[in-house]
Amino acid sequence: MTPLQIDFGKDQQEPVVGIDLGTTNSLVAHMDLTHPRVIPGEDGDRLVPSVVTLTRGGEIIVGNEARKALISEPDRSVYSIKRLMGRGVEDIQEELKLFPFRVVEGSEQVIRIKLGERTFTPPEISAFILRQLKANAEAVLGVQVRKAVITVPAYFNDAQRQATKDAGRIAGLEVLRLVNEPTAAALAYGLDKRRDGIVAVYDLGGGTFDISILKLHDGIFEVLATNGDTHLGGDDIDNRLIRIALEDIQNEWGEDVSHNGEAVQLLRRAVIEAKERLSFVPAANIEYEFKGRKYQREITRELFEILIADIVDRTLGPCRNCIKDAELAVEQIDEVVMVGGSTRIPMVRNAVEVLFRAKPHTDLNPDEVVALGAAVQAGILSGNVEGQLLLDVTPLSLGIETMGGVVSKLIHRNSTIPASATESFTTAVEGQRNVLIHVVQGERELARDCRSLARFDLKDIDPLPAGMARIEVRFLIDANGILNVTARDARTGKEQSVDVKPSYGLTDEQVEAMISESIDRAAEDFKARQVAEAHVEADTILAAVEKARKNDAYFELSEEERREITKSVNELLVVYHADDHLLIRSKIEQLNNVTMKLAEMMMNTAVKSALKGTKI
Amino acid sequence: MEPIPSNYYDLFGLEHRLALDPRDLEKRFYSLSRKFHPDLYTLKSPEEQQYALDATAILNDAYRTLRDPLTRAEYLLKENGFDIGEQGSKNVPPELLEEVFELNMALEELRGGDEEARAALAEAQKKFAGMRDDIDRELETKFAEYDRTRNRDVLSEIRGSLNRRRYVRNLVNEVEKELVETTDAPR
Repeated sequence: MTPLQIDFGKDQQEPVVGIDLGTTNSLVAHMDLTHPRVIPGEDGDRLVPSVVTLTRGGEIIVGNEARKALISEPDRSVYSIKRLMGRGVEDIQEELKLFPFRVVEGSEQVIRIKLGERTFTPPEISAFILRQLKANAEAVLGVQVRKAVITVPAYFNDAQRQATKDAGRIAGLEVLRLVNEPTAAALAYGLDKRRDGIVAVYDLGGGTFDISILKLHDGIFEVLATNGDTHLGGDDIDNRLIRIALEDIQNEWGEDVSHNGEAVQLLRRAVIEAKERLSFVPAANIEYEFKGRKYQREITRELFEILIADIVDRTLGPCRNCIKDAELAVEQIDEVVMVGGSTRIPMVRNAVEVLFRAKPHTDLNPDEVVALGAAVQAGILSGNVEGQLLLDVTPLSLGIETMGGVVSKLIHRNSTIPASATESFTTAVEGQRNVLIHVVQGERELARDCRSLARFDLKDIDPLPAGMARIEVRFLIDANGILNVTARDARTGKEQSVDVKPSYGLTDEQVEAMISESIDRAAEDFKARQVAEAHVEADTILAAVEKARKNDAYFELSEEERREITKSVNELLVVYHADDHLLIRSKIEQLNNVTMKLAEMMMNTAVKSALKGTKI
Repeated sequence: MEPIPSNYYDLFGLEHRLALDPRDLEKRFYSLSRKFHPDLYTLKSPEEQQYALDATAILNDAYRTLRDPLTRAEYLLKENGFDIGEQGSKNVPPELLEEVFELNMALEELRGGDEEARAALAEAQKKFAGMRDDIDRELETKFAEYDRTRNRDVLSEIRGSLNRRRYVRNLVNEVEKELVETTDAPR
């Protein structure tokens, strides 16, 4: 990569990390002196699987450990939570048929997922993943990390973005910016490979698909258009293979295992392995074993391609629309950058090559490039990277519902953000004090076919004859792609109060409550860890003393000394279950002191016998 | 923090002209973005961050308006006190009455399942698209004329052309939509 301009005077400032919060895997990266770098976890793995488990001990585990638990504890684990971010129950019905999400009854405005005996909202589950990434970064950087840039699919709507920001706050991170994933990838690619030209980024991840077309010019990354599908990805391919295998298994074993969480998770892992091998070999086996019974099936690439053809095809429509919206001919696109694990599939690469009439660019690691770009953006925001600037767009049109349920568009899709629009509202009847504005996102003409964003209640309007009040409402989409609404009484110039009722997602108060709960929990978790560590030490010393009491040296001690040891052992056993690590430690210390002499005597005996041994 | 000019031309430091060089406009947009973009104000005070956000929102709206010759012309007309609205494009321009009538007949026939109407529609679509291109050329000439003479009568003519163009564009879009939808339907 080209070295970036770095200001060395700023090295003591707080770090800002870049986070790719993915459907399948998540990564954290930071900007070292010259390059963005991925920060590995404790286990050395650069990818943290986006899996969360609540252990039977009440502890939350994330990543590779949780991925193992997904099989042994399917009812206490959750994966692909990103699919539920910012969504309502009615729009996840398709998801529920294919994914083992255990949604709690009564999840109208905010979905709640059951893990063991507790329930969590999708932002809280995502926050567990973020907290793990934060800890990984802190372990490597050696300082506290409180600020982050988090990436989101470009085609995420307002509610999905807001949910991601909430997750950051719950995890104790100030989210300086939400960056669109393909844009982040372009940033990493642009610094590395090309400084000028038109570039398309084709991003097929675990659960989402994005296509963005950018103009790169002298450090400016201007997004011309974006399109996508927030419910299309590698997960869908896995589900196809799982369905086939389940049918086979039912035929071969005469048993339907599709309702057994453990069985399905094992199968899911087996099909993913086969799928990944198929990118490199012409045929691969699904190898599956459950409770001593075996199932095996060869999948040829030919069959695989028949199975996934329509999934690959579904990415092409958004690509064509994106080229059209960018007002470009396909020949004007210099290169297509491939992002996301699913772009390793040869059929995907071929489809992209045919549509764009250019060989796709596959040099960058498709799993890491988004996180690297996020780290570069973090560098831009903290002033450590100079000369680069992202100009992104809003993926969906923003409008308000008018008479007859028709949408009046205020900000069109693919407008560069921040973008704003001002609209005047008045009252319909004399003395009316409130005006309700329904804001929607989408391209359709009727409000009911668009995505409901929120209802804004203009309150405490001065009572006036009908049509006399004039309230100017300003709709502003900020650089994160999130809507802000402010209102002003045009007659008096006074700020007008606006009450926001989000259609989906958490209210500010709910997020605040979750933040304080997570702080309490963090203190609880810390205490639990201290107690657990004290238990380990107590177990060690108790076992050693138990063994020593059988040693000859023990009987050489005075009766008084032996009584002291017995007393200390009993005292330690009494406090053992008190959940007070300080008390346990003080008793360990006491037992340690009274057994000091015994330990020395045993040591001497050992040395003597060892010396004896050498003489023989 | 200097106040942001609310007039789009003033913000870009441009004369109030109808013909603009798109490359020059882009250059100015990039350089103003490097000055105002919120990304460059993350570590500044909340007031400065708000200023950057507001300034960039205006800048982006201004660029979007001035980049497209049609929205640019509408903006300049409004600036000069002309009333601009969708209303003007809803009335059929008298010289198109006959063609629009025939087009609507063909559209009805196609919706009724008469496939022979398809050819007539495609023909009409081509004709209207050609008309649209003619209006574009005409506008270009008038833009240059206005910039040279600053004559309000020219602005008035431009408003007429813009209304006609919007009407024709809506027709082209409608026919295109109908042709695509009825092709997809039998599947």
